[in-house]
Amino acid sequence: MTDQIFEYAPAPESRAIVDIAPSYGLFIDGEFREAAEGKVFKTVSPSTEEVLSEVAQAGTADVDDAVRAARAAFTGWSALPGTERAKYIFRIARILQERARELAVLETLDNGKPIRETRDADLPLVAAHFFYYAGWADKLEHAGFGPAPRPLGVAGQVIPWNFPLLMLAWKIAPALATGNTVVLKPAETTPLSALFFADVCRQAGLPKGVVNILTGDGATGAGLVAHPGIDKVAFTGSTAVGKEIARTVAGTRKKVTLELGGKGANIVFDDAPIDQAVEGIVNGIYFNQGQVCCAGSRLLVQESVQDELLDALKRRLGTLRVGDPMDKNTDVGAINSAEQLARITELADSGEAEGAERWSAPCELPSNGYWFAPTVFTGVSQAHRIAREEIFGPVLSVLTFRTPDEAVAKANNTPYGLSAGIWTEKGSRILAMANKLRAGVVWANTFNKFDPTSPFGGYQESGYGREGGRHGLEAYLDV
Amino acid sequence: MSSASTAPAFADVTASDAALRRYLHGLPGVDAVGLEARAATLGTRSIKTTAKAYALDLAISMIDLTTLEGADTPGKVRSLCAKGSNPDPTDRTTPQVAAICVYPDMASTAKEALAANGGAGIKVASVATAFPSGRAPLSVKLADTREAVAAGADEIDMVIDRGAFLAGRYGKVFEEIQAVKEACRRPAGSGDGEAAHLKVIFENGELSTYDNIRRASWLAMLAGADFIKTSTGKVAVNATLPNTLLMLEAVRDFRAATGTQIGVKPAGGIRNAKDALRYLVVVNETVGPDWLSPDWFRFGASSLLNDLLMQRQKLNTGRYSGPDYVTVD
Repeated sequence: MTDQIFEYAPAPESRAIVDIAPSYGLFIDGEFREAAEGKVFKTVSPSTEEVLSEVAQAGTADVDDAVRAARAAFTGWSALPGTERAKYIFRIARILQERARELAVLETLDNGKPIRETRDADLPLVAAHFFYYAGWADKLEHAGFGPAPRPLGVAGQVIPWNFPLLMLAWKIAPALATGNTVVLKPAETTPLSALFFADVCRQAGLPKGVVNILTGDGATGAGLVAHPGIDKVAFTGSTAVGKEIARTVAGTRKKVTLELGGKGANIVFDDAPIDQAVEGIVNGIYFNQGQVCCAGSRLLVQESVQDELLDALKRRLGTLRVGDPMDKNTDVGAINSAEQLARITELADSGEAEGAERWSAPCELPSNGYWFAPTVFTGVSQAHRIAREEIFGPVLSVLTFRTPDEAVAKANNTPYGLSAGIWTEKGSRILAMANKLRAGVVWANTFNKFDPTSPFGGYQESGYGREGGRHGLEAYLDV
Repeated sequence: MSSASTAPAFADVTASDAALRRYLHGLPGVDAVGLEARAATLGTRSIKTTAKAYALDLAISMIDLTTLEGADTPGKVRSLCAKGSNPDPTDRTTPQVAAICVYPDMASTAKEALAANGGAGIKVASVATAFPSGRAPLSVKLADTREAVAAGADEIDMVIDRGAFLAGRYGKVFEEIQAVKEACRRPAGSGDGEAAHLKVIFENGELSTYDNIRRASWLAMLAGADFIKTSTGKVAVNATLPNTLLMLEAVRDFRAATGTQIGVKPAGGIRNAKDALRYLVVVNETVGPDWLSPDWFRFGASSLLNDLLMQRQKLNTGRYSGPDYVTVD
């Protein structure tokens, strides 16, 4: 018996719990309906390339209708006492919890991320976000924004594909709590969970027009952002699109928050808790296949522990389970789209071409779908593209440093500034480093930890404005 | 198995109390939140069908079936030995347990009962060294150990002097483990092998911090432990998934540094099959298949066995039976 190997048998989550319709319309004014021009597009499962459903492609007329519906709903919604708005938001949060398993499966199918993550990270955080902001709805006068802070009006929100439902929660929960109404456009490759959320809103009895969901591509998003009827733009996505949005809204009265790319530095000192640092590095760059804006994509390791740390990291990466996202034991799932896979592949190849040493975890990748093995580049310098550009994939660039000052200089030497991590057992060093790092969030002896009470946002090209926490209310209040 | 002497590369770090202290305090720290998060993640692994069948049998074969009560009698010990030799009388394919764990005065009873019950392959483990508190003069602890070995114990589960450890007297703890290791030797020609295997119990619940558990692990391994063991089962906090994970990291690193492989035994509080499977997942993903055998990993437990048997029956028949369909010991 002992010559056998402990091989985990397949443990697939059941797909039967979620009922995906063959087609979906736009959710405008409390009703699902086809796009005015009748256009549709397909959404596929990135792990199998199976077509999951066909969804409506919103055009200009649909954007007009949705904004009009949101505007009409704003009067009543913003006039509700905070306690009444809170009831709806609490109800949404509870329904999300009740339907968590269904939504986790749906998200895994549409996005390609492992069910372990949607079940244990995405969905609990989604519900927590609604619960948290529901609590603020009747306490806005105590939030530090004046005695009776007023909502802005209609928020146009555009979200990415990496955490579809969680990004929706980050956008919609504070908007509703503060009395705004919303028109939200989910990413083209992951529209389904937002459409299921529309159903949750109906189930919660949310007044018509308070939440409107428009599916579509970049043109739909651009149309929404440019629409004269919205008062607020909230965007999470790439820096290139973020800059375009900033240009579009320049000179208008629209308030904007942008949460964009990043090239987070994860800094490991020689006195770090090594085993936990290895876990933090793995969680920093391989969580969600590295498709995380605040990923710790640059590992800065003190030269004196480089060999020890890299050996431990590679050994650990050998145990990562890459494959079917629906298997409960999968750690790393599929890349979200062929386009994203091509971008990761191109940047990884450039790393090799520029002379960095490439190492990938030994793993078998499925033949269908979009896959990229967890990869580590060593011998990377600040000049390499893989050290400067956001890869948005499971690719770690390892650089070294000698002193804390050098670590700070290298960590800050990026046009981005979204996240950073510090690993040391010395508390005073954590505080000193955190003061010097230009990053919106600095994690100490952990990475990629999220909580609705904590504000999140970037410096420089990582965007502006904060989401989450009390600070997240400001973006949706006229202050 | 490891030799009694300290690994040569480490002779200097064990040369004095001060050197030992410098070395142990220079080990990488343990971040408690991170360690517990890692254990919790591994705890979510879903072990099904063939993997479950394999793991249940493996877990049964790793049990040190234990009775350590003031009320232990020869009858109780014999009954436990019969249970360990033939855990499920309705299914003879069920593996035997790894060992029967008793107090020293019951070691000879256990040895005889096992031989009489077709359990000759099962080891007798005896706790010793003034278990569970360890509060006795060294001479008493050594006598306790020698008696147990003479009574036929194949394995000795000693406790460290937690008082000395917490007072920073690492040299005293180190020397005591070395002395007990020496006392595990058998007179030439008596019994199997030249010495009983030594398991060193830290009583993690009393060491209290993860940093202490890592230090204790290295201290015991340097002093010649064959196994390191979490706890006595007699205090509030016994084996936990995080502290076992930490000890597995220690044996992994120790083998990388010295080439010597050391076993790990979580004990106390592991009562059901689901828990046992979680421990095996942690072994599998921390140190790998080299430790997935009763030679290198044990469970110190009593009620765990029956839950494993019930789960095994469920897997084989598709139906849950119930506590009346497994034997009490």
